[in-house]
Amino acid sequence: MESVRRRSSGWSIHWGKTLESICLPVAALLFSLLLFGIFCAAVGSNPFEVYGSIYKAAFGSWRSFQNTLIRASPLMLTALCTALPARLGLVIIGNEGALVVGGIGAIAAGLALNSAPSLVVQLSMAIAGLVCGGLWIGAVGALRHYRGVNETISSLLMNYIAIALLNHLVNGPMKDPASLNKPSSYPILDTNMLGVLPGTRIHYGLIYGLVACVIAYILIQRTTFGFAARTAGGNLRAARVAGLPVGKLTMAICFLAGSCAGLAGMVEVAAVHGRANESLNAGYGYSGILVAFIARYNPLAAIVVATLLGGILASGGILQRVHNLPDATVLLFQGVVFLVVMYSESLYGRFEIFKEQSAKIKTERPPAVPV
Amino acid sequence: MTTAVANPKTEVIRPPELEVVNMTKQFGSLIALDQVSMHLKPGTFHALLGENGAGKSTLVKCIMGFYSPDHGDVLIDNHAREIASPRDAHHYGIGMVYQHFTSVPAMTVAENLVLSRFDSPKLINWKEEYEQLNAFMADAPFKVPLDLPIAQLAAGQKQKLEILKQIYLKVRILILDEPTSVLTPQEADEVLGLLRESVTAGRLSVLIISHKFREVTSFCDEITVLRKGKFAGRGVVKDLSIADMSEMMMGERREPQQVTKTLHPNPKAMLEVQELRAHKDNGVEGVAGVNLRVHSGEIVGIAGISGNGQRELVEVLAGQRIATGGQILVNGEPYKATRAEMYRHQVFTLPEEPLRNACVAHMSVAENLALRTFDRPPQAKGGIFLILKAIREMATGLISTFKIKTPSPETPVGNLSGGNVQRTVLARELSSEHIQLLIAANPCFGLDFAAVEYIHGQIVAARNRGVAVLLVSEDLDELLKLADRLLVMSEGRFAYESAIAEVDFATIGRSMAGH
Repeated sequence: MESVRRRSSGWSIHWGKTLESICLPVAALLFSLLLFGIFCAAVGSNPFEVYGSIYKAAFGSWRSFQNTLIRASPLMLTALCTALPARLGLVIIGNEGALVVGGIGAIAAGLALNSAPSLVVQLSMAIAGLVCGGLWIGAVGALRHYRGVNETISSLLMNYIAIALLNHLVNGPMKDPASLNKPSSYPILDTNMLGVLPGTRIHYGLIYGLVACVIAYILIQRTTFGFAARTAGGNLRAARVAGLPVGKLTMAICFLAGSCAGLAGMVEVAAVHGRANESLNAGYGYSGILVAFIARYNPLAAIVVATLLGGILASGGILQRVHNLPDATVLLFQGVVFLVVMYSESLYGRFEIFKEQSAKIKTERPPAVPV
Repeated sequence: MTTAVANPKTEVIRPPELEVVNMTKQFGSLIALDQVSMHLKPGTFHALLGENGAGKSTLVKCIMGFYSPDHGDVLIDNHAREIASPRDAHHYGIGMVYQHFTSVPAMTVAENLVLSRFDSPKLINWKEEYEQLNAFMADAPFKVPLDLPIAQLAAGQKQKLEILKQIYLKVRILILDEPTSVLTPQEADEVLGLLRESVTAGRLSVLIISHKFREVTSFCDEITVLRKGKFAGRGVVKDLSIADMSEMMMGERREPQQVTKTLHPNPKAMLEVQELRAHKDNGVEGVAGVNLRVHSGEIVGIAGISGNGQRELVEVLAGQRIATGGQILVNGEPYKATRAEMYRHQVFTLPEEPLRNACVAHMSVAENLALRTFDRPPQAKGGIFLILKAIREMATGLISTFKIKTPSPETPVGNLSGGNVQRTVLARELSSEHIQLLIAANPCFGLDFAAVEYIHGQIVAARNRGVAVLLVSEDLDELLKLADRLLVMSEGRFAYESAIAEVDFATIGRSMAGH
């Protein structure tokens, strides 16, 4: 009976924590809706109508929901670029750069193998995207581990390098002379493009995103690699006492993180644009950071959050057309959400309601008596 | 010793009388203080005795206004006073020296003294301040050079500065929380002796928290004893024997449990350290070329004042710090503290501060218990997938064997009490049947008597099974009780080595101080 009671109280602690990590982000989202509503009212739009339009444009119909999912798929992948290193205690925000570099790798592979069977081309593009993105963030990990360079700053700066590299390539070596007002690379053959799911307009990138998130979850929660990474992320000193290879873990996690974002770049090239140009750095990388934060670095939660945020991105056009709000309004909304969610991070453990059970446990626990 | 320097110009006014009446303080369900009273007479040296967790620190923190007591009063010169903060305490002439240093390392002694004033001026006239400080130093019981940055002071000087700071603040009742734990026996005697002179001259009252009977009998006038949060006795030191005092503390006459050691046949060198060097965090050499050999079935103790390189030595052996020179051999093979080597040679570690060094606070007790074993069967399949059920089963077993008090195996280990965190690490590090080398650093720091006995028993049991044990401790009594061989570390080197039967106290003290 004793053990039964103990187990049940253990579970309620567990649930209190889970509840907390669901309620706080939701509350943060609601609060940012309030703030953004005030902004809308201030520029002369009815906030309720604006939210109505966002909902309609994002989830109102099958057609718009497909739009949302198309935008959500790169977000799921770029979110992992922040979420995975976070488990190791690293704050990496080089998602945009890794995505761009992955896209460059993918287009290079696609153009080089243009005449090969389309499956071979697509596979090579995916591998090129994975490897390029992986090496990109892997470099950040190496700088961190071997030279002690702050990974947040270096990954941020590497975004600019990646974008500059892209601009150089599409204006120079890779430039398609036919692309005049928007310099782009040569396009890959239409037959080599990623297809769509039967009966929809949604490309296979969505499957990539879903599978990557599920694999990432299993990797972190259910494998020895994930266990070692969580230990090193939670307490580096304890990880060293246990002899865990912290350097290898850092490199491996950073490579995996970068390759997820790189795959997002490949999806954008192979499924959406068909070529590399400045549309690659459309902000999916930065939005991915937001997704990872709101999802509290949980890859499964990232799927849900990416879908929500994909919906917000999909509604950008509507806001402009219907409400006369500038195109950048969506970015402002994102920024507000990001700030509020960051703030809500500081509130964990502050609310009695979520730790009621654990407080009860404390009083149940006998004071330290000699045994 | 010189005679007390009495300043003829100032009339000696006696320090205030301090009385605590029926003080009670409760933390959640834990009653830390239960109706405790004590009386500090003016111009006396008063010791507050008790085991860890007896409530001594809680009592003085209530006096200082860090905690607000649930019941009870503080009387100063027979008037009940409300002390809500250390500032209020200072107003009544009460000041406290803490176990840890509170000076700013990058600033000089003079700057720290001025900084400590409650009435620090907005604009500091350094010329004037220096004149006053020099005058103060001329009268002070001990001297510390005003122009030196704190970082360049030795531990003993830092502790003196902490006390000077209180005298500088014109404190008349000085509360000391285990002030000698960072000092050599000689330094401790000097500091306490000089304070004793000030007390005898009637300029100061001292309330000291101490564990060391030697200090109590040499310097104190009266004692108050606490036991498990309750008042357990008081008395005049000259009327009491050490046995009387320890009886008040423990509740009964209790001899430390004698550890029985068995001789281990054919000892072989398990751990061999050759010319090892390592830096401290600040890049200064911490371990300056040490040689060491630990055999199977032997406990080698390393004593020393903290900060003399013991921590860095342990960190290198535990894999937390990279050596800058020399090498480590385990079982005769070079050892770099990788996971594979730890497993092959069965090396385990009990680091100090287990929550900081050996646990992940937000991971569960079960996960923390699995830290050594999660990547091999039965807890992992093919070295890749975790078998959560096996992890949980092992945890349940260890929790009951090692009597870890936790609501469930899923509770984050950071929610457990210090003693139970310690037990969690102990369970993980000592439960392997094939353990060959154990490295332990201050394994009993901050634990109560029963927990200490338990851990000592486990360490000696391991030794008797043939485990080679390296025990680094700041508690000399612990080392004398457990070790077979004793080394003293000073300034990164071994200054003394002796079999335990032949140790010479005076030499140990001198070696700790680096002489």
